[in-house]
Amino acid sequence: MRRRVLGAAAVAASLAVVTSCGGGGGGSSSSTDGGGEQTLTYWASNQGTSLDNDVEVLQPELDKFEQETGITVELEVIPWDSLLNRILAATTSGQAPDVLNIGNTWSASLQATGAFMPFDDAAFEAIGGQDKFLETSLSSTGAEGETPTSVPLYGLAYALYYNKQMFADAGITEPPATWDDVIAAGQQITDPEADRWGMTIAGASYTESAHFAFIFGKQHGADFIDDQGEANFTTPEAVAAVKQYTDLIAGDQQIVNPSAAQNATTNEAVQDFTSGSAAMIMAQNNVEASFASNGMDPDQYGVIPIPLLDPLPAGGQAVNSHVAGINMSIFEGADTDAALQFVEFMTSPEEQVTLNDQFGSLPVVTEAQDAPEFSDPNLAVYNEVLANTAAALPMIPNESQFETTVGSAIDDLLASGATGQPVTEAEIETAMENAQQQMGAGG
Amino acid sequence: MPVSAHPRAKTVPPASPSPTDPEERGRRRRSLSPRYLPYLLVLPAVVFELLVHIIPMIAGVYMSTLQLNQFFLRNWLEAPGVGLANYRVAVDLDGAVGDALVRSFLVTLAFALASVVLSWFFGMLGAVLLQRPFRGRGLVRTLFLIPYALPIYAGVITWKFMLERDTGMVNSLLESLGLTDGNTFWLIGDNAFYSIVVVSVWRLWPFAFLALVAGLQSIPDQIYEAASVDGAGQWKQFRHFTMPMLAPVNLVLFLVLFLWTFNDFNVPYILFSQSVPPSADLLSIHIYNNSFITWNFGLGSAMSVLLLLFLLVVTSVYLVVNRRRGAVDA
Repeated sequence: MRRRVLGAAAVAASLAVVTSCGGGGGGSSSSTDGGGEQTLTYWASNQGTSLDNDVEVLQPELDKFEQETGITVELEVIPWDSLLNRILAATTSGQAPDVLNIGNTWSASLQATGAFMPFDDAAFEAIGGQDKFLETSLSSTGAEGETPTSVPLYGLAYALYYNKQMFADAGITEPPATWDDVIAAGQQITDPEADRWGMTIAGASYTESAHFAFIFGKQHGADFIDDQGEANFTTPEAVAAVKQYTDLIAGDQQIVNPSAAQNATTNEAVQDFTSGSAAMIMAQNNVEASFASNGMDPDQYGVIPIPLLDPLPAGGQAVNSHVAGINMSIFEGADTDAALQFVEFMTSPEEQVTLNDQFGSLPVVTEAQDAPEFSDPNLAVYNEVLANTAAALPMIPNESQFETTVGSAIDDLLASGATGQPVTEAEIETAMENAQQQMGAGG
Repeated sequence: MPVSAHPRAKTVPPASPSPTDPEERGRRRRSLSPRYLPYLLVLPAVVFELLVHIIPMIAGVYMSTLQLNQFFLRNWLEAPGVGLANYRVAVDLDGAVGDALVRSFLVTLAFALASVVLSWFFGMLGAVLLQRPFRGRGLVRTLFLIPYALPIYAGVITWKFMLERDTGMVNSLLESLGLTDGNTFWLIGDNAFYSIVVVSVWRLWPFAFLALVAGLQSIPDQIYEAASVDGAGQWKQFRHFTMPMLAPVNLVLFLVLFLWTFNDFNVPYILFSQSVPPSADLLSIHIYNNSFITWNFGLGSAMSVLLLLFLLVVTSVYLVVNRRRGAVDA
């Protein structure tokens, strides 16, 4: 009797083990239940002021989509610090969503994994044709010469925001026209005793630091990575570009509160701006929604393109933003028809107007650009930046390694500067040399 | 609780009567010998241990011989094998990667030693002070256990807010006490090392306290009474009675605390997220940054294997040395 019980227990235990490790395996989780009911899983990125805000904005649109097509969309909003990790995990395990948002700078790196569905001519036809998208937005969808694996969804650009009251109080009547004007204005306003600073930055965010390295790099004529993926972090121009950013917080021209070196997200820097402790902030245009949710009225701040160096150094380009934005991708193994229908829906002019209006971003389809919701003069600034002075980050597979290695190195330099150590060209060069070696080790 | 022989040692179950009934004899021959029962009971645990620990470890060791980056994520078994190349990069002291790894190792060693010694010290202090019962002892004991019982994210994120330079409680307190000007950075720069030590000790000392309280309870009171009759003071009693009798507990406690703190990922990750200052760059988060942030999982696996080897060596040496010293097996 005891033997039978023990035997049964052993069998039950091994069965439990076997079934628990079964599961999973390739393909996504879209399914077709009885009665033609289809479900799509959608991973959205955090575009709103909070994860809940994203759900509030997206859910009505997803319900609308379900009414039109009968396809249910299961939404999950993922914060930026874990989005890339989740995507990598999904790629390796095969437990992936059907459709997802990606940062457009990741397009080429993710394309290299081969886990995403390429948008060939047929796919583009299914979503309304390639011509409906803006040219600049299309430039950030994948490596050149290869079929793109993502399509643009929201457009974003960097701009400089300044607090009108703080400028007026300091006697500054005109917004800065050149980068030197920015520093001068910052120095006039900065008063550490009164906890008043010219500017704030997200000094512990490697993505922000990497973006500014790229933008200032273009102005100095430095190419951190060329189109072949060769890294050149230690050229004098690259060092000068990094120095332009680190000088904000270190050294004599300091106009940023050293504490800003602790800001790990743009939202923390936004707090400095909206609380009145910093007069300027350089950020992507979706911060306007964060300003509003922190109680700052649109009349209280002004928006201008980030002023350029004047005169531009030899070999420099007039670039004050990268082509920022969010793209949409479909995982291989998803239900292609349903997923393409969803992508078409999200990139249709009506949805582009609704979503971009609420998120404060820019539409990526030409038809939506003229909608009355986008007649705000601020938006004219962003459109102008995207159209004229924005450059796309190199669309190569190791672009994301560039962001992480250079971005982290710059964060360390900012922390050095904040704690009072000098950040000289020699130190920047050493840090960039280390970052370049790390990038090389990345295979 | 007196240290005595096993309570059931004196009562041996009576021998079963020899079977006379042929049917019963047959049944007894067919029933399982008691020899197999322990193995069967342990079997599910072994299976899960294999699945959850051993097999992934072996996969990790295999991964460390591959050049595994984003191109092969989807089919990592097809990634090109590069033998020991990842290890060579990891230990190359002239290269940035190897240099950073060694520095991270030294930081982690310093952190683990500081954390273990301080945790043990506070745990010992607490255990000795609370040895004799007094009114409210139960309440004090409960208070002491709170940091260990708190969910780790809640505890450490609170410390993160407190350690902020401008708005944090630590700086306000130090400024009002006149100790500093209230402008010290605790989350970036060199002070970050002290921050992680403080947070780690705050979390771990209640565990040391618990283990030592349990250990102290096994020391019979008669020993202390006899000692004080012979004229031994508090300190002598502690040195010559408490410490030697706690040796088995201390042996295990030090080892466990060291392994936990050496592997600590939660504290630096919650305090610093992905921008870890070099002074607080613990090995586990250093390896994480080197794999997930640069998409080079082969290199990260190689570093993890090196970490595993180091800890195995430390553990073996520690146990062998202590066995030779004649420490009593608990």
